[in-house]
Amino acid sequence: MHLTPVETLITILALAAGVQLTRWLPFWLFPESKQPPVIVTYLGRVLPAAMMGLLVVYCLKSVAWLAAPHGAPELLGIAAVVVLHKWKDNVLLSIAGGTALYMLLIRVVFV
Amino acid sequence: MEQIEHMGRRGNPALRAAFPATIPVMTGYLCLGMAYGLLMAANGYGPLWALLMSLLVFGGSIQYVAITLLTTAFAPVQALLISIMVNARHMFYGLSLLEKYRGMGKVRPFLIFALTDETYSLVSTLEPPAGVERKDFYFWISLLDYGYWAVGSVLGGVIGSVLTFDSTGLDFALTALFVVLFMEQWKHAENRPAGVIGLVCTGVSLAVFGADNLVIPAMVLILIVLLGGRKKLCI
Repeated sequence: MHLTPVETLITILALAAGVQLTRWLPFWLFPESKQPPVIVTYLGRVLPAAMMGLLVVYCLKSVAWLAAPHGAPELLGIAAVVVLHKWKDNVLLSIAGGTALYMLLIRVVFV
Repeated sequence: MEQIEHMGRRGNPALRAAFPATIPVMTGYLCLGMAYGLLMAANGYGPLWALLMSLLVFGGSIQYVAITLLTTAFAPVQALLISIMVNARHMFYGLSLLEKYRGMGKVRPFLIFALTDETYSLVSTLEPPAGVERKDFYFWISLLDYGYWAVGSVLGGVIGSVLTFDSTGLDFALTALFVVLFMEQWKHAENRPAGVIGLVCTGVSLAVFGADNLVIPAMVLILIVLLGGRKKLCI
């Protein structure tokens, strides 16, 4: 442990405050009593898919594409998830299979 | 958790409807929560710290980022700002749930408090079966997910305190989870343009702004493209 317990607690509370601000802000801006503008309703419909795209790329942000192994473990892991999910359509299996392959690749193949 | 499931069998239709829907999240959260508890333990933070973090912060990626923050210097303002930036996407979740979370009464504050990526993906996709109140259905989904994450992080913390385990690469489960959720969105053809917009805008943002600063520019870019292409995307 590098911080004191009190410092750790303050850090945790700061993190919690940040998360909660992002969760509450839209509901404060557009309270229940008022109908949100059409544009906001439109965004509500198209944002979910766009955000899933953002989350996928976000998870790959630290991959060094220009240096060996050029993101091969990540790409193969994702390929395994996609193939498993297309094949069996089982969320657990897809996640477990892709993660297991990735862990194997970074330990055994691309060391 | 057992107690909750027990109550369900005795006759809580909302819980009975919500539980099966949360099974994928349960597996994901137990796994990722355990990985988190293990990482915390590996950095000198026992299961109680992991639990406290999971109950108060309850946000997957920021809790992983927080391990780095906890092991460097005491900087609460920096922690707050990073937390806002890492979780900025939650604002978009809130925007798209304004309609759905209308008239939720007493459970509404908890629904907003506990809104994660995965809970969002469930509540934004699912409607309760006939005879089940929407607010009860979404409440149980949110509460169960919250519980899985807390239980997972404690389990990981306990295991990590007892034995050492090389968890390198286990966090890939997070990537895998989002790839699966992306594919679930992809199943509905009308979601595909927005999905591609999300991937491309974030990719461009990563290339231009780098790994540490990509989220905010990516969100702005996504917003611009979605608003600009509104006429074409409005189905």
